Amino acid sequence: MSTPTLDKHSAALDAAENTASHAIKVTFRIRRFNPEVSEEASWQDFELDIDPKERVLDALHKIKWEQDGTLTFRRSCAHGICGSDAMRINGKNRLACKTLIKDINPQKPITVEAIKGLTVLKDLVVDMEPFFQAYRDVMPFLITKGNEPTRERLQTAEDRERFDDTTKCILCAACTSSCPVFWNDGQYFGPAAIVNAHRFIFDSRDEGGEQRLEILNDKDGVWRCRTTFNCTDACPRGIEVTKAIQEVKRALITRRF
Amino acid sequence: MKIHKYDTVIVGAGGAGMRAAIESTKRSRTAVLTKLYPTRSHTGAAQGGMAAALANVEEDNWEWHTFDTIKGGDYLVDQDAAEILAKEAIDSVLDLEKMGLPFNRTPNGTIDQRRFGGHSRNHGEAPVRRSCYASDRTGHMILQTLYQNCVKEGVEFFNEFYVLDLLLTDVDGVKKSSGVVAYELATGEIHVFQAKSIIFASGGTGKFFKVTSNAHTLTGDGQAAAWRRGLPLEDMEFFQFHPTGIWRMGILLTEGARGEGGILRNKDGERFMEKYAPVMKDLASRDVVSRSIYTEIREGRGCGPEGDHVYLDLTHLPPEQLDAKLPDITEFARTYLGIEPYTDPIPIQPTAHYAMGGIPTNVEGEVLADNTTVVPGLYAAGEVACVSVHGANRLGTNSLLDINVFGRRAGIAAAEYSADHDFVELPEDPAQKVVDQVERLRNSTGTERVTELRQELQECMDANVMVFRTEQTIKTAVEKIGELRERYLNVSVQDKGKRFNTDLLEAIELGNLLDLAEVMAVSALARKESRGGHYREDFPNRDDVNFMRHTMAYREVGADGKESIRLDYKPVVQTRYQPMERKY
Repeated sequence: MSTPTLDKHSAALDAAENTASHAIKVTFRIRRFNPEVSEEASWQDFELDIDPKERVLDALHKIKWEQDGTLTFRRSCAHGICGSDAMRINGKNRLACKTLIKDINPQKPITVEAIKGLTVLKDLVVDMEPFFQAYRDVMPFLITKGNEPTRERLQTAEDRERFDDTTKCILCAACTSSCPVFWNDGQYFGPAAIVNAHRFIFDSRDEGGEQRLEILNDKDGVWRCRTTFNCTDACPRGIEVTKAIQEVKRALITRRF
Repeated sequence: MKIHKYDTVIVGAGGAGMRAAIESTKRSRTAVLTKLYPTRSHTGAAQGGMAAALANVEEDNWEWHTFDTIKGGDYLVDQDAAEILAKEAIDSVLDLEKMGLPFNRTPNGTIDQRRFGGHSRNHGEAPVRRSCYASDRTGHMILQTLYQNCVKEGVEFFNEFYVLDLLLTDVDGVKKSSGVVAYELATGEIHVFQAKSIIFASGGTGKFFKVTSNAHTLTGDGQAAAWRRGLPLEDMEFFQFHPTGIWRMGILLTEGARGEGGILRNKDGERFMEKYAPVMKDLASRDVVSRSIYTEIREGRGCGPEGDHVYLDLTHLPPEQLDAKLPDITEFARTYLGIEPYTDPIPIQPTAHYAMGGIPTNVEGEVLADNTTVVPGLYAAGEVACVSVHGANRLGTNSLLDINVFGRRAGIAAAEYSADHDFVELPEDPAQKVVDQVERLRNSTGTERVTELRQELQECMDANVMVFRTEQTIKTAVEKIGELRERYLNVSVQDKGKRFNTDLLEAIELGNLLDLAEVMAVSALARKESRGGHYREDFPNRDDVNFMRHTMAYREVGADGKESIRLDYKPVVQTRYQPMERKY
């Protein structure tokens, strides 16, 4: 079988297959906090040799495993699916496992700190409970009335597409903890909860849209959004968060969804 | 130390644990103890789909699915269990749809289905569309949907509670489960949970390999807890290597990519799977494809400067199809390799993926203390368990199915057991073993480091007990693991604190991996045949006369305190399918 694409390698493929290690010296400036040791948070620099094609998570592991076992962060899948390792890297919310060192200018110290707006418990670990409470408060489950069909509920591909974007959410909190409104007022539901409400409001099978819209019509609800787009920038899943929030606002006015 | 009392306790909040919790919470007072926040569980990393013979897009039936599962498992599958899996698959998928799962749809609005490895029409005639899917994030959608329904049902979670021990109480000569002991990560506090019934749903052990699709947290915690309390582990030598992990990183690229038409190619651009599996080609079962890839590499047809990988080629597929059906995995290639899968082939290699073996159970999810005796009140479901529906090699899309079918069954059975039984008294000093373990590690001044031991273990496993094995390589592994277990006694941690001590957690996890790696290697050494995921170059054929049986490994402690592993065997349940030579 002819395979024209394999005859000529792109420069990108050649680079990807290059096995030579190009470790460089990188400084990570990490915001440390451990109330067992001190009530004050402080910055600590770690220097290490690492290939810039590696992830920030790889660097954090290298520091923890080779330099300082007390450095504490959450992580699990290491490829952007589980949502454990959202943190503020060079001032921007990202997943440490989805950020390559080469993409964030390793010539200067790379700053890493906990996401904002949630209580820091130790180093990069925050209290996620208020975040999940807001999620639970929007009734994030399918609500239906009447008898269940024997087989599956039918849904057209177009109706399925309507809420596809917001089904991608991994609840990492990168969006909510990038929102200036949330920083100032933790009572605000925050983008992630609204995204998950959107996922059901615009699902043609769901019949709980009115209830959810009333919840989000609250003073801490969707009207607090100031459309700064921080959330959209922060989302590691590429969800158009601000657009979803706007669609919920519009549904509240028109009651059409 | 705190003591809690619940009717039913579930350990783990991935797909199996949460599916069980939805059932048991309706029927009994249930607590779910989970090392991770539920939505962090590795079920979320599954991509391609969940098999069920819905026949929405072409003719199909559960009997064909049963046959494929048994053949895929190289006839080590318990056939009664496989039949239940395939039959209940249909309601299992429909249940998830009713819970809200956003499956992809056909033009007439039903659940869409696609091809997957080893799933065939009429006993191997041609590939069949059996995988129900939601883009290439089916596992993510299952995990989210189950969590959403746990919120709806008011399931009580204890997040970041790490279960370290299973409590068994001797009642008139019968070993009954009475509770579990957990370490609260946030505070370092030890909790004892007394329960009438307990379900282990704590996932796999894949982190004892270096190149793996598994999360950092998949360290066999449930298997190790059961093992150390004298319960057997079944078929631990059978581990699946998924053909398409991102080269060197191991990140999973779904078989759905080949289901959508993707092709594996060697350095000459040749579609090499045509040679090894003339009918199913790139969609042969995973053990066959992984061996084929390594054969290409060994014979000098691998790609790249070191010839150590092959390509997954999607470049002939329309970009719109990739965007719609495979958005996540194409994004992985862009993010981690910096290549464009529209125009570049993706460098891949087999990656350690799934434990077929585990804690033996019957089809109700009840844990077995030997070939037939049930441990009253103790259940297991999902990757931690061995029913056995996967035998020597699991088919793609059968694990998302397994967690739903057997998670549900275990949840119902455990809650019903709780309703009919009283609490069993806890053993004396129930937390002592865990307190000793934690304090020993926290206070140790030993010179060994967790990171070095773990790295040596992973390198040893990759080199010696991966896709190809021989007596020599397995013996090397057994010896090395023995040495590492000795050195582990001298391990210390830097973090001596109580709060979120993940340094300590990793040390405990390493201990679990070391014990389970040894069980795996010892089981593999004794199986002098090749079957499914266990391939012995020194015994390249399947030997049904001597080895058509499950391995049952037991931990024995001698009078001198010395530990050893005793192997026994359990017959395979055969119903209507006679073993045949396996061809794809």
